[in-house]
Amino acid sequence: MPLEQKIKYESERDQDFARWITSQTGGENLRHCIQCGVCSATCPLSLYMDYTPRRLINLAREGFKKEVLSSFTIWLCASCYACRVECPKKIQVTDIMYLLKRRAIEEGVYPRRFPIPILAKEFGRMIFTWGRVNETLLVIDLFLRTNWFKFLSMTGLGINLLRTGRMSFLPDTIHRRTELRKILQALETENQKEVAK
Amino acid sequence: MKYLYFPGCSLKGTGKAYEESLLAVFNALGIELREIEDWNCCGATAYMSVDEAKSYALAGRNLAIAEREDLQIVAPCSACYLVLNKTQQGLKDHPELRAKVVKALKAGGLDYKGTVQVRHPLDVLINDVGLDKIAARIKQPLTGHKFAPYYGCQIVRPYATFDDQYNPVTMNKLLAACGAQCVEYPLKTRCCGGSLTGTLPEVGLRLSYIILNEAKKRGAEAVVTVCPLCQFNLDGYQDKMASQYGRVDMPVLYFTQILGLAMGLPASELGIKRGIVSAQAVMAGR
Repeated sequence: MPLEQKIKYESERDQDFARWITSQTGGENLRHCIQCGVCSATCPLSLYMDYTPRRLINLAREGFKKEVLSSFTIWLCASCYACRVECPKKIQVTDIMYLLKRRAIEEGVYPRRFPIPILAKEFGRMIFTWGRVNETLLVIDLFLRTNWFKFLSMTGLGINLLRTGRMSFLPDTIHRRTELRKILQALETENQKEVAK
Repeated sequence: MKYLYFPGCSLKGTGKAYEESLLAVFNALGIELREIEDWNCCGATAYMSVDEAKSYALAGRNLAIAEREDLQIVAPCSACYLVLNKTQQGLKDHPELRAKVVKALKAGGLDYKGTVQVRHPLDVLINDVGLDKIAARIKQPLTGHKFAPYYGCQIVRPYATFDDQYNPVTMNKLLAACGAQCVEYPLKTRCCGGSLTGTLPEVGLRLSYIILNEAKKRGAEAVVTVCPLCQFNLDGYQDKMASQYGRVDMPVLYFTQILGLAMGLPASELGIKRGIVSAQAVMAGR
């Protein structure tokens, strides 16, 4: 096992990162955390996480940017909002997970074997093209992009869905796709302006 | 009674049985559901991880189109229900974000005011129609049948708009009105794994299995759900779960299907056959 530095010096912390989180929608209350651990206790996924939600919140506000953004934790959040409802300090943990996921995609630092960021991006692309999401096509696309071998193990489910008439191979589409694209493009321009700033 | 109907992508795909049973039941109760003209995907839980303003704008487009009429929205899919409500709330709480989204919607020729109310069909049935009126329409009560009422996450969290966040009871009441019994089910609002069942099956399957196994242990003959993704996870992956944790064989039905059966509507109109795990036990004697 390679030796790694486990403790950070004050100067190695990224204080701007914590400041950035509190400037984002949903991240405002980050510093109110009292580390009670209710979020970790209510989270049905915490037993699979590298950092429980309580630890992640602490790392985030102390400026451990790299650890936070490359964690499994943020991608394991299934948005069930159990932590948010229970948090005695009204920290919007789910929304903090969302903003961290966005930053991780932006910086390209998410864990490589996780198909979730790829699903999220593909989902967005499908909406931009068609306006609606066809679940069948989305799943096929996801498996072909990530693990086509796993795709073969899905044939049983596929047959069941076909048998019950729940599968469709035609993209579902809206009529005014240009209208939707204009809206999304207007925001894309805004985003680029912000980056330039 | 008249509402605007926001089906969402799932109800047009893997959740067809939800749409079929919802429309059949509402029609039989004399409630008009008019599909929102040219609605688009709400963004669900996935798009919020990509772009915040854009995901608000996606939901915002639907809300802006709906605002042209003075009607409330009925959103049966839990994710759509949450996203549309979250957008209304988020754009109210964050003026800067609102300005950005409103401006983008204008670029598409749409005007967003944030005035429309987004409701869940369970809410409409209990609070607008009323249990008395529903009880009067029950022709073939499901006497002797035991169900596990499963609410899932997103219709009670983070916003508790029409039911208790910790121990929701509206579906229990509805099932009781149908003559059925509900088992005590402490997992009623626990997460089914959401999209993790597809993306990280080793994790997602386990979460879904916990929900089903608990229902079985408590003597339920079916899990009754309000969400197309919960239904898909719990119903579609039982073969996969069987190879890892043991077979449960638990039918997973929508509350609208149960209500429809109790109202005496034909099973063919309620999409009962679309279940991957057969609902034979529930259908016995029908």
